[in-house]
Amino acid sequence: MKILMKIGSFLSLALTIVPSILFFVGDLELSQMKWYMGIGMVLWFVTAPFWINKPSKSEQL
Amino acid sequence: MSNSFFKKVVGETNEYERTPIPNESLKGGNSFLGMYAGEHTAGTEFVIGPLFVAHGVSAGDLIFGLLIGNLLAVLSWGLITGPIAASKRLTLYYQLERIAGKNVVRWYNLVNSLMFCFLAGSMIAVSATAVGIPFDLEMPTLSDWLPRTPGWILTVLLMGGVITLVAIQGYSQVSKFANVMSPWMILVFFAAAIVGLAQLGVGSFESLLSIAQEVIWNGVPLAGMSKFTIWHIIFFAWFCNMAMHIGMSDLTILRYAKSWTYGFHSFAGVFLGHFVAWIASGILYSVFLQADSASQEFAPGAIAYETLGIAGAICVVIAGWTTANPTIYRAGLALQAIFPKVSTWKITAIVGGITSLAACFPALVMKLLDFVALYGLLLMPMGAVIFADFYFSKKMGFQSEAALNSKSDFSIPALLSWVLTLVFCLGLNLFYGVEIFFLGLPGWFVAIAIFIVLSKIKYPLAKSLSQ
Repeated sequence: MKILMKIGSFLSLALTIVPSILFFVGDLELSQMKWYMGIGMVLWFVTAPFWINKPSKSEQL
Repeated sequence: MSNSFFKKVVGETNEYERTPIPNESLKGGNSFLGMYAGEHTAGTEFVIGPLFVAHGVSAGDLIFGLLIGNLLAVLSWGLITGPIAASKRLTLYYQLERIAGKNVVRWYNLVNSLMFCFLAGSMIAVSATAVGIPFDLEMPTLSDWLPRTPGWILTVLLMGGVITLVAIQGYSQVSKFANVMSPWMILVFFAAAIVGLAQLGVGSFESLLSIAQEVIWNGVPLAGMSKFTIWHIIFFAWFCNMAMHIGMSDLTILRYAKSWTYGFHSFAGVFLGHFVAWIASGILYSVFLQADSASQEFAPGAIAYETLGIAGAICVVIAGWTTANPTIYRAGLALQAIFPKVSTWKITAIVGGITSLAACFPALVMKLLDFVALYGLLLMPMGAVIFADFYFSKKMGFQSEAALNSKSDFSIPALLSWVLTLVFCLGLNLFYGVEIFFLGLPGWFVAIAIFIVLSKIKYPLAKSLSQ
């Protein structure tokens, strides 16, 4: 399960940064880019809390 | 809102409050890398980058100024804060109490908590610029000191109320949430820079250089704004966290470090948050100005929404919230040290109320650069006192940790070092016109000199030993 969450999180980070690069090179419209970034945000919200902080809990300051 | 929960939260934060950190509780380097990276990619970054643009800094001055200033900040953490933290392994407050005495620390806590309130207030205001978008809220402008509309006041007070309620519920969950959000927020800043550059017409390295120099950081301040030079950028980047490094607030964090060198790990925070994020948010603001060069509106939330859509607006809300929330909580703890009999939740509620009222005034956002410089300056002299006590007490022949060793609650040398340094800095500002950004450096040396001289008079080593 944790692996799936991690994969989802990395996918969400890709959805956050890659659309901006595609917009920069002219392969994506601004409105499409905003949509992909929005989806990436939601995906991060629902996946990252399940694994970030967990393994390194004792290491948190 | 149960008291047991608060006791638990406070209990966690008060761990090793008055004892050195034991070896088994020391943390590895990765903890500090992550902590610094998250801590310095915050809501303030959405304001500082655009204010550099508004102050008409040129592109070369910005890049070189940030590189030099951030390097000096990392060196300050690494060479000044880190070694003392690893040697003493005490919190700032307890270390200060041993040197200056309980009564002086009370005043320090009061100033600290007020500064925290105002900082949190500015972050609530920044978040409100994003929350207000769906309600078509009239946004503040660069010259605004007072709230523009009742809608602004209502939005800010509601946000302040919610943030205070969450702060009352506890610190650790918000802290964890901030850690979770940090990687995504950093990438949003990167995305903002890339999209902004595309919207400004950058298509090659040559066009990047020309647009950076002629459009984004063109060296011309906006109407009513003062002109910033490379010196402003160097000193701001170096001293925007003055309270943390040479002001020694980060003793509390770095006391957990396995090695004294972990202060250098602050590079992860400053070069992501205070380099990439400031540049990215400056680019965003420049895109906004291209659309309406005469606009005086200054609303980070609305600007991020225009360029990045809902992800940009949410990023501003989260960045502001995750900065404001722990800041309110810390302000509450600082104030509780003065009023230990009042329960934590009541103190946090009072602090939240002050913060929310402060947030109504957009001046806190528009003058954030000055405020951040003032915040560091007010707390810095006590860091200088700790530095002087640690390095010069034996060499210069005065008693170290004088309040503890003389069983006093009040150290005149420490108090006068603080007050006279601030008077000196105020004098430099009023009579010689030295801007607030440049006062920290001479002030630090003056604080050390005053403390050494007065300590030699009040707590000479020979006299103490004979006693």
